[in-house]
Amino acid sequence: MSLELKQIVKAVDGETHIYPVDLVLEPGSFNNLLGTTLAGKTSLMQLMAGLEVPTSGEIWFNGKNVTGVAVQKRNVSMVYQQFINYPMMSVYENIASPLRVARYPEAEIKKRVGDMAEVLRISEMLDRRPNELSGGQQQRTAMARALVKESDLILLDEPLANLDFKLREELRDELPRLFAKRDCVVVYATTEPTEALLLGGYTAAMSEGKIVQFGATGKIYRRPNSLQSAKVFSEPPINTAMVKKIGPQIAINKNVQWKARGKAKKLADGDYMMAIRPHHVTPERLDDKAVEIEGIVEVAELSGSESIIHFDAFGQKWVSQSHGVHPFSNGATAHLFADVSEAFYFDANNQLVI
Amino acid sequence: MAKITLSNLRHSYMPDPKNPEDWALKQLDVDWEDGGAYALLGPSGCGKTTLLNIISGLLTPSHGKVLFDGKDVTALPPDQRHIAQVFQFPVVYDTMTVYDNLAFPLRNRGVNEREVDIRVREIAEMTDLTPMLQNRASGLTADGKQKISLGRGLVRENVNAILFDEPLTVIDPHLKFLLRAKLKELHQRINNTMIYVTHDQTEALTFADQVVVMNMGEVVQIGTPIELFEKPKHTFVGHFIGSPGMNVIPCEIENGVAMIGGRKIKTANKVDKPKGKTEIGIRPEFINFAAKGIATKVVKVTDAGRFDIVQTNCEGQRVNLILAKGAGIPSENAKLAFDPANTRIYVDGWLSGEGQQI
Repeated sequence: MSLELKQIVKAVDGETHIYPVDLVLEPGSFNNLLGTTLAGKTSLMQLMAGLEVPTSGEIWFNGKNVTGVAVQKRNVSMVYQQFINYPMMSVYENIASPLRVARYPEAEIKKRVGDMAEVLRISEMLDRRPNELSGGQQQRTAMARALVKESDLILLDEPLANLDFKLREELRDELPRLFAKRDCVVVYATTEPTEALLLGGYTAAMSEGKIVQFGATGKIYRRPNSLQSAKVFSEPPINTAMVKKIGPQIAINKNVQWKARGKAKKLADGDYMMAIRPHHVTPERLDDKAVEIEGIVEVAELSGSESIIHFDAFGQKWVSQSHGVHPFSNGATAHLFADVSEAFYFDANNQLVI
Repeated sequence: MAKITLSNLRHSYMPDPKNPEDWALKQLDVDWEDGGAYALLGPSGCGKTTLLNIISGLLTPSHGKVLFDGKDVTALPPDQRHIAQVFQFPVVYDTMTVYDNLAFPLRNRGVNEREVDIRVREIAEMTDLTPMLQNRASGLTADGKQKISLGRGLVRENVNAILFDEPLTVIDPHLKFLLRAKLKELHQRINNTMIYVTHDQTEALTFADQVVVMNMGEVVQIGTPIELFEKPKHTFVGHFIGSPGMNVIPCEIENGVAMIGGRKIKTANKVDKPKGKTEIGIRPEFINFAAKGIATKVVKVTDAGRFDIVQTNCEGQRVNLILAKGAGIPSENAKLAFDPANTRIYVDGWLSGEGQQI
């Protein structure tokens, strides 16, 4: 099954929520929709599902134009952040409900519910009511119900957001396996860059109602095509600074400058926005050619395995993320080392140059 | 500000508890030093909210005492304990201005307006709310509202402690990141006793000087973030902290030496006469591929951006590695080398040689 959005626009009361979106999702693909709250992830999913009709543009499903076709007539499943189960039904009946609606034979229902419960490890809970389960088990029940039917399109809207950290880790690990053998299209909305990375597949980075970049998840992370995309896909926030390139030199200011190396040599003279991920700015010099930056520490967070140092330098708030324990007191002067060979350079229109 | 002592504390929601699982809190003795930054970390249902409610006075424990600076407050109602609390969802009066929201806890206690003004402006400055003091709270974003909640938690002087109950849950990751740092900075400025309840290890470890890890109504370990990471006293702590958590691999013990699949494993601790289940605990950060070592099979490599998470199958046992980008990953004949200084033996879940004492 494939899903294609052609020039999809959604406006409500004259206010545009989704700007023209073109997107092709391949059969059997897992796709992250990554963006902050209000980036347009849920709106886009509702359009994909047929819960909302686009203001303009077309939605094609498996080579057929389904724009305006109601959600009931499309073979779609959805899982929401707030897990929704039927409180008066047992877990078994909750999972079985879409199969009953589709008039599956009883033996088939039993088999499918059993298999799905097995995979999601809620076999022991089938006779209970949802309110007797933990949050994680309730969400697994909701997920089992969404997956038990062979839907063509499965939409998951931040399904792990309300769960414990460790449970999230566990379910995140199971998810790709659940879809591995299907040819349905899966769309997974998340606000967390790390989650998108761990889930893999493809990622559509969303910002302010637009898809700013779409492609293989690792590729987008490594090569954001615009400053917006780099910002969407960075946790902690990516560090930025205006730089000037003159001849062989690149400079943030007169104290912080370096000789362009590698690809940066090809930059034409001029002004650029430089962006560098926090883990390429470290309190220890890891590379001979790393550029030294002096900053005033705002606060240092030490997690036991890594150090996150928030500091002010050249009028900007920057973050360094490194292995090990590197304590700094608030207000201290710190010397940090930026591996500028890992930096991105964007032009005046925020498009990636190198 | 006060030192908080929980002495011989137990709690059950049942009238007549019999079995261990009837206790929401099994047995607790904890000292929270005056001015410390503490986190209470554990999965849902571990008893952390029960404990928080006992400290704030919303709940009276079935056994034991709560002491503030040595004074028994177990029977005191919440309003006489002088505790400020910040909840998961921002509690904000939408129709009031940001200023009035911040002033509310002070005016409520009859503080005079001159003092209210000084204090509100001070807190607004710390929480970056100064530019919007005269705005209505209803117009603010989720993180803006949560900043008001934080500010209200901090605005009263001479509170005994400030309790935070999962305060960043509803906040987007990039803002969460900034608020988290802000909170840490605020603690260092005002130096009040702060107790931060969360299931999120990153929030607990980055905020607290001391983390109290709880599981099933019990405290499993109290330690600095470094201690919890480097030397977990229980396999639960090893698993719960770190992502992925510590690998826990069943092992045999021969003459006090750990063996996996007939191969001797060098460990940092010893075990004399093991009684019960014996396991090796080693974090994914401390395993590498090597020419010699324990045979394993690479199952999956996940690109986590900054590093790779490699899942391997070692005779039916899952063993994870965290490897730097660009480190070689063998496609066949993979062998694992454990860093002996960070490889430990656990007996029935507890770090061998350390006993159960916390």
